[in-house]
Amino acid sequence: MSSPDNQDTEAISEQSDERQDPQDTNSNPVKTEEAKLKAKYPNLGQKPGGSSFLMKRLQKGQKYFDSGDYQMAKAKMKNMQLPVAGPDKNLVTGDHIPTPQDLPQRKQSLVTSKLVG
Amino acid sequence: MAGVGGGNDFQWCFSQVKGAIDEDVAEADIISTVEFNYSGDLLATGDKGGRVVIFQREQESKNRPLSRGEYNVYSTFQSHEPEFDYLKSLEIEEKINKIRWLPQQNAAHFLLSTNDKTIKLWKISERDKRAEGYNLKDEDGRLRDPFRITSLRVPVLMPMDLMVEASPRRIFANAHTYHINSISINSDHETYLSADDLRINLWHLEITDRSFNIVDIKPANMEELTEVITAAECHPHQCNVFVYSSSKGTIRLCDMRAAALCDRHSKFFEEPEDPSSRSFFSEIISSISDVKFSHSGRYMMTRDYLSVKVWDLNMENRPVETYQVHEYLRSKLCSLYENDCIFDKFECCWNGSDSAIMTGSYNNFFRMFDRNTRRDITLEASRENSKPRAMLKPRKVCTGGKRKKDEISVDSLDFNKKILHTAWHPKENVIAVAATNNLYIFQDKIN
Repeated sequence: MSSPDNQDTEAISEQSDERQDPQDTNSNPVKTEEAKLKAKYPNLGQKPGGSSFLMKRLQKGQKYFDSGDYQMAKAKMKNMQLPVAGPDKNLVTGDHIPTPQDLPQRKQSLVTSKLVG
Repeated sequence: MAGVGGGNDFQWCFSQVKGAIDEDVAEADIISTVEFNYSGDLLATGDKGGRVVIFQREQESKNRPLSRGEYNVYSTFQSHEPEFDYLKSLEIEEKINKIRWLPQQNAAHFLLSTNDKTIKLWKISERDKRAEGYNLKDEDGRLRDPFRITSLRVPVLMPMDLMVEASPRRIFANAHTYHINSISINSDHETYLSADDLRINLWHLEITDRSFNIVDIKPANMEELTEVITAAECHPHQCNVFVYSSSKGTIRLCDMRAAALCDRHSKFFEEPEDPSSRSFFSEIISSISDVKFSHSGRYMMTRDYLSVKVWDLNMENRPVETYQVHEYLRSKLCSLYENDCIFDKFECCWNGSDSAIMTGSYNNFFRMFDRNTRRDITLEASRENSKPRAMLKPRKVCTGGKRKKDEISVDSLDFNKKILHTAWHPKENVIAVAATNNLYIFQDKIN
């Protein structure tokens, strides 16, 4: 993103009241919020709003079952124990390789919308 | 108090509310899109369960002069079903992302509805007559024994109870790798565009087995991905022009006469950023969630997380008007990032004369801005204020210090009650506001 040159910045700051004073974060609530976030998550990506958000957005959707992973895991299982599904079988996270038994039931056919009468 | 949207004696009043009052909202019942047709007589909603419900305005009757036409259910059907992409092991949601009406050309109504992957053209037609007196079959449909037919008669059309049928006439599938966020019907009434995160396709309404790709911003190396397409719309009059917005807060206007692939824009709209205000959140809150041309075609409006901007198509370097929707959220960005609300995609809409604009907010609040008087108002969609023709009271959020009576403090706002989808009747002061699983209809007071 190209940054405006100095003359433009002067014109813009005429409109906004605040002059940026690095020691006074109270006048800029967003900077305060940013500091809060960095304090909570010090490892948060150096590239804000960049690739990680976008990739997550592109891959929206729950991955249910990868038969390749499953077969590999079954082969490995003979040698070592892999974590099994926890009490909440609908939640498949971490190292756990989903098995057909763990998958949540497919959605039922729907009834009429409640907006109708 | 003089309201927003037209005239000095103007007041918004409750008209109707549709949907259940349950505390526990089923995911499928969440309304995901709302759209009036060109005349405003029909109002369509889509939900997360893939269902479409169409309401029709009743004719105003002389018997009940105070009741402006009410919207009642006209048709409902299952538009999309959940699907499974076996190759990628991904479920394809049946949620209806957008509905767009076609201009009416005959007695039937047509609309396009889309989920993440597939667009469908639906025909909604009425049947109020039935043929009776067939020769070859009985009234209940059973075939008659041909040898027993001794005379010939002409079937007669008899009136029957109105039946509204919805049938899918075209299915436009397999053209989008990424998730469809917009569809827009061209002013030529023959073509339409569909946009996903990285590509825009141009379709002909009659042809389902192919479409033209007109924008492709996918980088050769996905590691270099810096922005995605967030919304797209065809110009209301110029069939060669369309715009698309990005996650970086920019809008590109493209002219299809210039090239087959419109990767190079004709106009590039971006407001210069004040470098001193740059923060971790800057790019996220600048992402445009909706773009809408004015009815006149002279302006366009964009919605980002905190504001609505009106742009003159003749001026690319900054918007002509900026309206703050909920500036008080600037001091809450950290928690809004943590609860993902900062990624909420609010839509915006124009009134019929382009003199006012409307958009939603949290706590079931929605905002209207009058472009002429520069007045703005905050209203609430709530069952508490749902007596017929009850006037809506303006709401106010208190940002700090002493909270006045009737004000609500920022910390008390319910961020689960978000109004993402609103629609304004094309000719009258009637609005439809989707509040999670309920649809509210508000009208102006009849003097």
